[in-house]
Amino acid sequence: MIAAVICVVSAAIFLQFFVSYCRSILASSKNIALSDRVREVTGIADHEVGADDFNRLLQLVRLCPERGDDQSEIRAVGTYYGLLAVLNRISRPVAPSLSVWLEQERKSCSYFAAVALDRRISYSRDLFTQQITDRL
Amino acid sequence: MLGPLDYLLWLVGFLAEIGVVVYLLSRKQAFRHFPIAFYMLCDAFVTCGLYYCVRHFGFDSATYVYFYYYTDSLLNVLMFWVIIKFYQETFAEMGVSRYIRGAAVMLILLTAVFSYAVVHQNRTHLTTHFVVEIGQNFYFVGVVLTYLLWGAILKLRETRTRLIQLVLALGIYFSADACTYALRNLFPGLEPNFLRWFPPLVGLWLPLAWAYTFAHVQEDARLEPARLMVRAR
Repeated sequence: MIAAVICVVSAAIFLQFFVSYCRSILASSKNIALSDRVREVTGIADHEVGADDFNRLLQLVRLCPERGDDQSEIRAVGTYYGLLAVLNRISRPVAPSLSVWLEQERKSCSYFAAVALDRRISYSRDLFTQQITDRL
Repeated sequence: MLGPLDYLLWLVGFLAEIGVVVYLLSRKQAFRHFPIAFYMLCDAFVTCGLYYCVRHFGFDSATYVYFYYYTDSLLNVLMFWVIIKFYQETFAEMGVSRYIRGAAVMLILLTAVFSYAVVHQNRTHLTTHFVVEIGQNFYFVGVVLTYLLWGAILKLRETRTRLIQLVLALGIYFSADACTYALRNLFPGLEPNFLRWFPPLVGLWLPLAWAYTFAHVQEDARLEPARLMVRAR
């Protein structure tokens, strides 16, 4: 009986901590404006980043050279996005209000991926510039 | 029997724990975050001890089992020290450190007494049962303490991103471990093939998450904690 209570309570608290942790990572990118360069590359020049853009953006992120310091946060947000996508699929017919919130969260994940892409593009350009300078 | 994946998880965990200590030392923050550095160092030593027990006595030996559960409980007590430190940081301006320390010591003692009372009837396997029971209860007390701390952070509108992320990572660690221990008690049959992977993975999470926080979140970074809450619309 005690074990069952501990199991249920811990699982519920785990979910809450996990969501808050992922949101704390997402919050760090919310106030960063996307550069024109990344808007042009991703084709989101005149509209905001969509909830379904995450996987496409992540593929572009993977095409860029790794910075080495953003892998763990990208993985955590990827897991969070996957969880949100599953919940969204389940909740859409039964709880539309929850679905609206999930959509907003997925948009935040996509925006995070766009910011990560922006950073990696800047990093690639820096690397390229450094190589050119070294040759000269 | 342990496979290459078990050893790999141990190795990565050990390196992450040492990484946190080295990072704190190199940035001259080890004294400021002494409980965390000390916990990580002890965890690394325990990992070495576990490896020694497996090599010399075997994975199925009683020595390994007792070493595993008792060091786990000792590490949990050390982790309570880390939580007390987080409480002190959160309530720093209120000057209630003495009361926080007293309450934490009382809670640890009560957990041990409660665990003993629960298994008292099962005298034949008292010691074996006791270590598992106290492990589960320690983790659950850790969950409750971290949850209360998180509530205090939200209530006091604590904005230090680093403290927030350290506490959230700790909450994930404690709740995942408490859940795993409870599932072990509920479904012992799941242990050999399924549940046995959870403790090493969760053990890996904490040093990695803390290493990430120390390395990437600046000391002066600020975050509005209310934005992290899920609210009904």
